Amino acid sequence: MEARFPGYRLLPYILILPSIAVIIVFLVVPFAMAVQQSFYRTSPFGTTTLFVGFDNYSQLFSAPEYVQSLLTTLVFAALVIGGGLALSLAIAILVTRKIRGVGFYQVAFIWTYALSPAVAGIIWALLFDPSVGLGTYLIQQLTGYRINMRVSGTPALLIAAAAAVWNMLGYNICFYIAGLQNVPKEFEEAARVDGASPWRTFWRITFPMLSPTTAFLLFTNTIYAFFQVFGLIDILTQGGPGGATEILVYKLYRDGFIRLRVNYAAAQSVLLFLMVAAMALFQLRVTTRRAEYSR
Amino acid sequence: MKRKRVSRNWFAHLVLIVGVAVLVFPVYMAFIGSTHDAATIGRGRLPLTPGTHMAENYVQAWAYGTGERVSGTPVRIMMTNSLLMAVVIAVGKITVSILAAYAVVFFRFPLRMFFFWLIFITLMLPLEVRIIPSYKVVADLGLLNSLAGLTLPVMVSATGTLLFRQVFLTIPKELLDAAKIDGAGPMRCLWSIILPLGRPSIAALFVILFVYGWNQYLWPLLITTEKNMDTIVIGIVKMLGTSESLMDWNLVMATTVMAMAVPIVVVILFQKWLVKGLVETEK
Repeated sequence: MEARFPGYRLLPYILILPSIAVIIVFLVVPFAMAVQQSFYRTSPFGTTTLFVGFDNYSQLFSAPEYVQSLLTTLVFAALVIGGGLALSLAIAILVTRKIRGVGFYQVAFIWTYALSPAVAGIIWALLFDPSVGLGTYLIQQLTGYRINMRVSGTPALLIAAAAAVWNMLGYNICFYIAGLQNVPKEFEEAARVDGASPWRTFWRITFPMLSPTTAFLLFTNTIYAFFQVFGLIDILTQGGPGGATEILVYKLYRDGFIRLRVNYAAAQSVLLFLMVAAMALFQLRVTTRRAEYSR
Repeated sequence: MKRKRVSRNWFAHLVLIVGVAVLVFPVYMAFIGSTHDAATIGRGRLPLTPGTHMAENYVQAWAYGTGERVSGTPVRIMMTNSLLMAVVIAVGKITVSILAAYAVVFFRFPLRMFFFWLIFITLMLPLEVRIIPSYKVVADLGLLNSLAGLTLPVMVSATGTLLFRQVFLTIPKELLDAAKIDGAGPMRCLWSIILPLGRPSIAALFVILFVYGWNQYLWPLLITTEKNMDTIVIGIVKMLGTSESLMDWNLVMATTVMAMAVPIVVVILFQKWLVKGLVETEK
């Protein structure tokens, strides 16, 4: 494609300037600072700063709390992403089928898109409050086991994951509905005419055609489960009990702003960036590969 | 054959209704919590039907934000702060990304692809990853407790720029050529041709970003320390404070319901645009 407006030399720079200025001041500079800090250590009163190489990093990996936090994050993310995507795809398929009241169901699911992780945390804190929560009461009636998410770790992690899945459901359903509407009906019909079972049609045709949507949702849900869930965790469990729900971003926040171990937290920032970058590149690869054979 | 289809649909409806119920139930309980007095909730099991204290709870939260055990900021102040932040973030991000996408698609200039990749890379640097140095930068610029400090660091949107790039690439060349022959310059073309054509995407992105802005949590928590800067999401958290079971759950829940209501109304009002815009994005 050729230029549409030749002769304007300065204008494109002016147009792109707001983006670039914000990126430099609020992204590049802070991130460069984080990288730099991660190689230094400052004495507690900030009087001396020492270059320590990869010391902060090796300290991280030899700290049991960090390794534990990494594992917690992976388990938590797997529950939230796996459970959330499977559930929302199933619901989206039902909603886009030709049944009565599709419009009603779409609205009935989509509104949850508006709920923030923090608000979800508050509601679930009330539901599973150890003494007054209705969820606590119901589970006791059903299983005879009185859960207390302020004391035992596994229930706390499961409740946080359930709250997160609940929180993301509307968003995921929304995108899967959009994705399903872009899957040409002819393919599914052709498969049906050829006698393929609905199950087979789904896995061989619908699901592969949805792979850009799935890749996109994998990425956004990973970002959610790694970062945006911060508010939910902060309100529901504060990372506890005993670190059972202390995911990486929460640990980073505690180390940086509460324990004031800035250099140690900076190393954690850099590692988190590497993880996000790897996931983003993965998503980009899946999306572009898909785009190539659809054209 | 026909009977089988009917029974299948019943099953679909059943699953969907159960699904909706599971989604609605926690929010319904929050609403119930906002209609009783603190003592009823504190006694243990929350009733399943609304109580009689709805009006007084909401009035108290709206006008004072303070109960027996919690002290917060009045909801009317926090609501204004949240609204301002959400609208500034949404409008700002959309404007900034439209301008960037317009430059990348319709102009050829040195460093064009470099800038484009720079914007793309912001996807990989969520605020949380760079939170400590970002805080320092904002503090050094003297932007703590200000609207600029709250909104500027999240103003760039890779998603928005990518979305508008996609939309602009599909605009037929002939339309612009015709306008150019009529003597329209680049800014005139943007305003009268490109923007009207991008309206569905703008509407969809507005909903997404408004909700994103309204729901900000960690950043306002760090940046705002003055009570009159509290956004509603932050306000609720401050109400929760430290005491655990001895809490005015009724006021907390009334505030929570009001905090949810605004973005929910926006999403429902723009629901058609949202899905339509997303379908376009997917293409």
